[in-house]
Amino acid sequence: MIALDPNVKNRPEWINVRVRRQDAPGQEPYWELHKIAYEPELNVITILQRIAAQATTSDGKKVNPVTWDCGCLEEVCGSCTMVINGKVRQSCSALVDTLMKEDPDELVLEPMSKFPVIRDLMVDRKRLFRGLQKVKAWVPVDSYYNMGAGERILMDDQEQNYPLSQCMSCGCCLEACPQYTKVELVREEGESDEAFEERQNKAHDEAFVGANAISQAVLFNNHPTGKSLAGERLDALMGPGGIAACGNAQNCVSVCPKEIPLTTSIAKAGRSTTIHAIKKWFEK
Amino acid sequence: MSQQRVVVIGGGLAGLASAMKLAELGTSVDLLSLTPVKRSHSVCAQGGINSCNDQTRQLGDSEWKHFDDTVYGGDFLNHQPPVKEMTDWAPKVIDLMDRLGVPFNRTGEGFLDRRRFGGTLYKRTAFAGATTGQQLLYGLDEQVRRRESEGLVKKYEFWDFLGPMLDDSGRCRGAIAQDMVSMEIRAFPADAVVVATGGCGLVYGRSTMSVFCNGGAASRCFQAGAKYGNGEFIQVHPTAIPGSDKLRLMSESARGEGGRVWVPRKPQDPRAAGDIPQNERYYFLEERYPKYGNLVPRDIATREIFDICVNEGLSIDAERMSVYLDLTHIPKAELDRKLGGILEIYEKFQGVDPRVEPMRIFPAVHYSMGGLWADYVKDETTGGLVAGAPQNHMTNIPGLYAIGECDYHYHGANRLGANSLLSCIFTGLFTGSSIVNYAADQSSGHADVPSSLIEGAVGLHQKRHDDLLSGSDSNDENPYLIHQELGDIMTRVATVVRKNDQLTDAMGKVDDLHQRVLRAGLSDTGSWSNQNVIFTKAVQDMFPLAKTLLKGALQRDECRGAHYKPEFEKPSLTSEDPAERRQQAEAWCDEFEKNNSKYLKSTIATWNNDTMQPEITYEDVDTSLLAPRPRLYGLVGGETIEQVWKERTEAKQNAAKQNEPAMA
Repeated sequence: MIALDPNVKNRPEWINVRVRRQDAPGQEPYWELHKIAYEPELNVITILQRIAAQATTSDGKKVNPVTWDCGCLEEVCGSCTMVINGKVRQSCSALVDTLMKEDPDELVLEPMSKFPVIRDLMVDRKRLFRGLQKVKAWVPVDSYYNMGAGERILMDDQEQNYPLSQCMSCGCCLEACPQYTKVELVREEGESDEAFEERQNKAHDEAFVGANAISQAVLFNNHPTGKSLAGERLDALMGPGGIAACGNAQNCVSVCPKEIPLTTSIAKAGRSTTIHAIKKWFEK
Repeated sequence: MSQQRVVVIGGGLAGLASAMKLAELGTSVDLLSLTPVKRSHSVCAQGGINSCNDQTRQLGDSEWKHFDDTVYGGDFLNHQPPVKEMTDWAPKVIDLMDRLGVPFNRTGEGFLDRRRFGGTLYKRTAFAGATTGQQLLYGLDEQVRRRESEGLVKKYEFWDFLGPMLDDSGRCRGAIAQDMVSMEIRAFPADAVVVATGGCGLVYGRSTMSVFCNGGAASRCFQAGAKYGNGEFIQVHPTAIPGSDKLRLMSESARGEGGRVWVPRKPQDPRAAGDIPQNERYYFLEERYPKYGNLVPRDIATREIFDICVNEGLSIDAERMSVYLDLTHIPKAELDRKLGGILEIYEKFQGVDPRVEPMRIFPAVHYSMGGLWADYVKDETTGGLVAGAPQNHMTNIPGLYAIGECDYHYHGANRLGANSLLSCIFTGLFTGSSIVNYAADQSSGHADVPSSLIEGAVGLHQKRHDDLLSGSDSNDENPYLIHQELGDIMTRVATVVRKNDQLTDAMGKVDDLHQRVLRAGLSDTGSWSNQNVIFTKAVQDMFPLAKTLLKGALQRDECRGAHYKPEFEKPSLTSEDPAERRQQAEAWCDEFEKNNSKYLKSTIATWNNDTMQPEITYEDVDTSLLAPRPRLYGLVGGETIEQVWKERTEAKQNAAKQNEPAMA
């Protein structure tokens, strides 16, 4: 039912899928070629499911199924981000018929490069969620008891906030960002879970927090109760790894699958941090 | 006494609500999930969340009417006290979500906007565009992150729950789980374990559910001795977009906002939808159900779409079954504001703009009304539940709780749209104090679980894992292909229309497949991030649920909600003569009463590990608040039946009054 381009007559019999694999952190990556029978309306998820089921390369070698992450398969959960034909995107909404227009010869699947590879196409995005903690992306309500409704919110405000709230933490904006560079720590001999986690958190906190977290800070600073932590959020964005690291490349907004106005958020956060800094200087 | 520790399995709406409420009550929570909790399947819920509200109240609505619609829509198989408590809480749940910052759509004046959903005549549904589930989940995810930063919640994401840890007395003392990256298996000792792991759609291969919804956690509790209720009640959503990897949901809110379902009157009319004039379109739901129109309950809409395509041959396309879901008469700006999320999904995956061209949709497996059996304590004065009673939502295994989609009480034989988000958040919040009270009553807790118990339980699961990895050469069954076969069988025999000969046949085939999947050969025998072995275990554990579902369906010779057997369908009234019609209605009601006395019962399954089969018994449904009545949406002769039923009910009530001892 997907609108196949009727002008493309000769569909191939096979699709060549080249996958960049890596067995574990610290191991050398390598390429592997898989051949999957063409069918109309495939997406990259189905391709990976077929690869898992056949577990054999194009030259007949038995291999382990390719490891990857996926969830909802309808582009709302943010799990299945990878680099497909050189572009970061969700593999569920990457339709093979469309991709073959980009490159009729082969489909190239790679893991995101800004996060440590766990295995094959699966990466560790803990740092992304740590960023949300850093900017306190929540409304600090008193309790979860019944205290009546929240404040009235005008339609305009809702319409500004809703798009920001659709961020599914997929990481596309971070992959595309020149200032967001990979942080990959290796566990030391005898290091406990807690000690390793603490060391990781510290490294993550010092590195650039990225567009998604900045946008979340803007979202919560624009909420009637969320606002009460505005100062703390701006402090976080003014510190190391904060908004100053943004190089204004604007790649983030162009790759966001949800078309979230990330650069607008960054600009807003930039203005707010400037004002916040001046205020703080006066209050000294 | 040391601080309480609770393990919550699953980080969707129910699990997150539970974790944050428990943390608020001062309990330490270990939150285990197959995926980062922000990616849980609740994000796929689109349309909204129901409650009686200030607007509907002024039109005569009340919490009671929400309760009535839910129970009537569920064909009276719902347990009434929990439903009563839930509908009483509904306005408070939405208020809380509003306070947490969920960006619900607003009216011009800044109040929550509402829309109408199926099975009701009131606009009860609050919504955030067409991604309400995602927005509600994020609201809770943020609170749990806040508690995490305070140190009360510890998340274990990419951990697979392998089973509850039971002591010699049968009490649940924690959970065993496996790190899906390092493959380490370890115990999580706890004062109580909460299972909030959603539905089991993957038993059907493709459904509207996410890849995590494999039913594994519920099945592992079931195999450890927990009872499973109403397994055969699976909701097939009327409107989904068919796809080769998934059947993507097209929300009921599309119809709630005025979407109309139709097919060309001429079979497989070759013209484009827009070129077919109004009088050549068959708006079959509107014609057959003038009162509810396109918003009949889901089971009915699904059967009608199925009937139009399969029996009447009116599918748009002969090869691929589908009907139109048409929004093109609604202004684009309004569509974008209220339904943007789902229209984008359609556009992205189908390459067609649904604002311009009607969508093509077909039913798909969507929700499990059944799930783990769990207890509750009725409050005799309110008719709802006793807050804080330790038994609320406890399974038959002491200390093991079930909430959210994987419990079984709330939605009876058919769930109403926009009630699932409500039941998930409600059960998560409501059970907090029950769990805390249970834990406080125990003389031993998470800190004194004997190490022999831990070692034994971990050892058993480690053995299962190791055996799979080191399986002999004769173990060569491909788990992916077996999963496909299982899905095909289940989809063919246990969805919209069920027939006993097909069910019996399927049970044999599923038995064979079960034997085969136990001889699965792995293509990956490594010990790092091995998805192959995790998937294989999940597929193996689908079989106890699939068998329960089929057996429950086979034994239930009636039509109730989503469970439809044409052989046992009660006929419409045929006579035009009033007296004869009355007689037919009397006979219809006799039949209805007889059927209820036999089948108005919850199906309760227990797993027999020796025979590898479920054993089924039946449990009375608590219908103490609202007497069952015939479900008559659109039935020919429904008014006469309703009249007869009303008279009978009144007669019974009068008789009961006369028998009451006179008050002094």
